[in-house]
Amino acid sequence: MSTSTVDLQHDPHGHGDDGHGHDDPHHQHHFTTMEQQFDTSKIGMWLFLATEVLLFGGLFVGFGMMQARFPEEFKEAHEHLQRPLGALNTVVLLFSSWTMVMGVLSARTNQRKKLVIFLIITILCACIFLGVKYFEYSHKFEEGLLPGHFYKHVGDRIQINGHPSPGYATFFSFYFMMTGLHGIHIVVGIALLAWIAIRGNRGEFNSSYYTPVDLVGLYWHLVDLIWIYLFPLYYLIS
Amino acid sequence: MSEHTQNPKAEAGVYLKTLIALLVLTAITVGASYIHFGSGAANVVVALTIATIKATLVALFFMHLLHDKPVNGLIAAAGFVFLGLFLMFTLLDFDTRENPTPRNLPTVIAPPPTSPAVAPH
Repeated sequence: MSTSTVDLQHDPHGHGDDGHGHDDPHHQHHFTTMEQQFDTSKIGMWLFLATEVLLFGGLFVGFGMMQARFPEEFKEAHEHLQRPLGALNTVVLLFSSWTMVMGVLSARTNQRKKLVIFLIITILCACIFLGVKYFEYSHKFEEGLLPGHFYKHVGDRIQINGHPSPGYATFFSFYFMMTGLHGIHIVVGIALLAWIAIRGNRGEFNSSYYTPVDLVGLYWHLVDLIWIYLFPLYYLIS
Repeated sequence: MSEHTQNPKAEAGVYLKTLIALLVLTAITVGASYIHFGSGAANVVVALTIATIKATLVALFFMHLLHDKPVNGLIAAAGFVFLGLFLMFTLLDFDTRENPTPRNLPTVIAPPPTSPAVAPH
């Protein structure tokens, strides 16, 4: 990329063959170059992602504490989660992360059609994920495996004065809070993906401007990254 | 526009390899969960180690941290460092307390059976 700060009128990017060689309409006047503008947006996104890590982090720490407090109850409660469904959702989400990163690559290499196709596949994967979660949730609702004082399940092993130990309800409080918050992030992700798919279809992105695609991609990978930890903690550890 | 536009085909290859590695690690972690590694704690360590490897792969390749400006990696690392501090001090507190049962748990919860038998109802 050109280091010239003066000659911005005449394609400082050096790749005018994409038909967008002239001064980019997305270039805001307070940034010297498009690259600087892109890097600035990206730093902002990473700061947001760091706050997301801390948001989920609080729940992870709480889960760890309660697991240490009620090890037996958590072990028994986790048997109610279906490992194959959790594994299926993990695979779906990992695959969607790959289609997302391929979408970003397509945007950066001016492949409009591929960008839209990859984004649509990503959205479909997100919908499959939510469908499986819906199935799991309704199963839990039927069995009374609910958070806090909504817990109505019978037949738990550890009973205190004829009532199930509070460990069971605590487990499902964390389960619904954490997977629920993660699910909300998936729903927000679907909306964002649809938004950039529509804009991408209009041909708004190219090799010199694809910032929204890149940032939504980062968000989507973070959602995947959080699930990478949720899956073993809830479904696998016994 | 950036550091890594030279060869899109090679880049796509890296992404595909990353995906395959992530899927293989998922299969390993599911398989490992059916094996008992001596103690419950050992299983937790195995599962979380594999999860951390997967998360690192996602961050380095899918989120481009490997070839990105270092400041982005620094911000990401800072998030996890502070999460580590949070976890460390919370566990220190937990280990030095008697019975950290949340006070706002439902009232059906009776005192543990070892305490004097004074039923609340």
